[in-house]
Amino acid sequence: MSYTTDHVEVHVCMGTAGVASGGHEVMEALEAEFTKRGLKNAESKERNCAAKQTGCRGLCARDVLIDVYIPGKDPVTYEHVNAEMVPTIVEEHIVGGNIVEKWAAKADYFQFYDKQKRYVLADCGRVDPESLEDYIKLGGYEAIKKALTMTPEQVIDEVKKSGLRGRGGGGFPTGLKWTFCRNSPGDHKYLICNADEGDPGAFMDRSIIEGNPHAVIEGMLIAGYAIGCDEGYIYCRAEYPLAIVRVIKAIKDAEAAGILGEKVFGTDFHFKLKLKEGAGAFVCGEETALIASIEGERGMPRPRPPFPAVKGLWQKPSNVNNVETFANLPAILLNGSEWYANIGTEKSKGTKIFALSGKVKSTGLVEVPMGITVRELIYDVGGGIPKKRKFKAVQLGGPSGGCLTPDHLETPIDYDSLIAAGAMMGSGGVVVMDETNCMVNVAHFFLTFTQRESCGKCIPCRIGTKTMLDILTRIITGQGREEDIDLLLEVGNDIKTASLCGLGQTAPNPVLTTVKYFRHEYEAHIRNKKCPARECAELIEFVVIDDRCKKCGICKKACPVDAITWEKGTVAYIDHAKCVKCRECIVNCPFNAID
Amino acid sequence: MATEVKETESAGKEIDFTACDEICEKYRDWKGATIPVLQQVQEAYGYLFSELVERIADNLNMSAHQIYGVITFYAQFYTKPRGKYVIRVCRGTACHVQGSGRISEVVCEEFGIKNGETSADLKFTLEEVSCIGACGMAPVIMINNKTYGNLKPEEARKIFRDYAELQG
Repeated sequence: MSYTTDHVEVHVCMGTAGVASGGHEVMEALEAEFTKRGLKNAESKERNCAAKQTGCRGLCARDVLIDVYIPGKDPVTYEHVNAEMVPTIVEEHIVGGNIVEKWAAKADYFQFYDKQKRYVLADCGRVDPESLEDYIKLGGYEAIKKALTMTPEQVIDEVKKSGLRGRGGGGFPTGLKWTFCRNSPGDHKYLICNADEGDPGAFMDRSIIEGNPHAVIEGMLIAGYAIGCDEGYIYCRAEYPLAIVRVIKAIKDAEAAGILGEKVFGTDFHFKLKLKEGAGAFVCGEETALIASIEGERGMPRPRPPFPAVKGLWQKPSNVNNVETFANLPAILLNGSEWYANIGTEKSKGTKIFALSGKVKSTGLVEVPMGITVRELIYDVGGGIPKKRKFKAVQLGGPSGGCLTPDHLETPIDYDSLIAAGAMMGSGGVVVMDETNCMVNVAHFFLTFTQRESCGKCIPCRIGTKTMLDILTRIITGQGREEDIDLLLEVGNDIKTASLCGLGQTAPNPVLTTVKYFRHEYEAHIRNKKCPARECAELIEFVVIDDRCKKCGICKKACPVDAITWEKGTVAYIDHAKCVKCRECIVNCPFNAID
Repeated sequence: MATEVKETESAGKEIDFTACDEICEKYRDWKGATIPVLQQVQEAYGYLFSELVERIADNLNMSAHQIYGVITFYAQFYTKPRGKYVIRVCRGTACHVQGSGRISEVVCEEFGIKNGETSADLKFTLEEVSCIGACGMAPVIMINNKTYGNLKPEEARKIFRDYAELQG
């Protein structure tokens, strides 16, 4: 951390998770405490304290996180802060100079950051997302100024040499994509930022916009200049209200400062930017569907070619990039392509942000160099699997991706290695699962999602995903048939081949990879009518195994309907008439004593 | 139990279209204004009942069926009234593996409503959503604009009961 201030500054994590954990209350408590003690706007620097909101710094599981910056000293991080803790922190640490050790972040907090390389997220957690001055103070908008001294071709060349590939999931070389649009005839071109992050289990785009909206705007300015666009759109999910508020403010502030609009920084480059709210349709993340949605239509994809670079928004040449792709650009321009190309692997350059969640100790947002292994990501960054359970699988890339197993722990995470292993980068969702997660159930979960989100335009996707979902429902409810697995594979491969857009072409992936790596679980459901992970309620018996029961009574406490009889020193008993099969007893029993 | 609510609000009442007309006017020269217009009209009136849709269609020089085409495509447009408190249960992957399905069940146990339904007293609507984007604190729910994370089913039940006790 190189951030310095000349007065005392307390940074409060106010991303969505920070706010949900009580960020506003902590801010208010800090303000109140500073006012009470006369520490606000004081003349002397040592006595001048300010509370400042910042975006998400990643480790959402520890929110509310605050950093205390005192001039000349290393910053100190406190975790799980609430308003009641604030007076003590101010009294002992800020006034008294003694760190409140019991609440300060320990080694396991810093372990989360050890293997990370935070470039895109560097300023999330340092910059106030609602302050243009703050962004500029940290070197913001220097990259676009530099770009404006170069020719557009030089900018594209720099991006090409950096090796940056699209972070939306496909991994297409960004510079090459820009060239197509730049060379496309037409004097009015559009630049679109795809912030319609709908992948369940991924939220990096949200955090970037919430944490550092000006970085995205700066990236768009660089791209707009390079391609020759005079108008841009940020298409953002309406489910992200905080991101929308912040980006609207950032656009207004940038306009007022002459950074957006006519004559950007006094040059001949004009660029205006609008925010367009999505309305809740996963398929709109597909670029042709997204364009239809901006035009006010049903967001359905159309066949390509013609590609948007030739005929995009309002039939004009258009270029669509993902939020994270744009956010990478300022650093590339400032530090140079060579610097960037030195990070990552031969074919996947730079860093990638992942949303690490599920059965892992440190859940949150991480930025790691490409090529880090699955093991490093889960165990070193994520801190491993909680509750001493065993790692079973990791779903990479959301509904478009696939599951990897303990055998893949050494696989490097880059575009090509993941595809070779049967998963994909997708938008960067990483959901870790332990032995209590049923893989058939997970496949069913993803198919439920893709089936519901299929726009219905093409038959393979519309009918195919429904067929697959019906088969999976049959299997998890104990009605599975012997031929079902083959049928799933056949239908799945047909959907992949014949669908119109990326949604259908990747929808079968979670099923195909779980069959490939966990076929025995499918077979157990179909042949033995058993769910080995004990997740599919219809296939669990809900009886206490006497010789495993340690007579602890945890299950009785967990049961919401009082279906469990237990007294001190006795084996628990489940009353089937009362049991609602909610699985609370199984989830909570530390001894696997319920079958 | 959930009610079948009529799609129209007209029953004997005069509808004040002023807000709707103003919103449409604001977007008169915009290309592709359908979605923002629908979002703002819905915000103003609560939901998109048939008279409103026809009014919007007139204003935007479109046919009502074109507008319905858009309304039915996107998850965030509603043609039925919604509860005072909208409980959004996140069903993203992270929430799923942390047991968010059970939280939907608790809503159903408490208020007798399933996904997409509104309680008869118009107090609660249950909406399962794909991802709220706070996977680090799964399972997550939102009640109107307030987010609750790291929930256990019984904690969620308590939160729901607290809301149920709120007056009005």
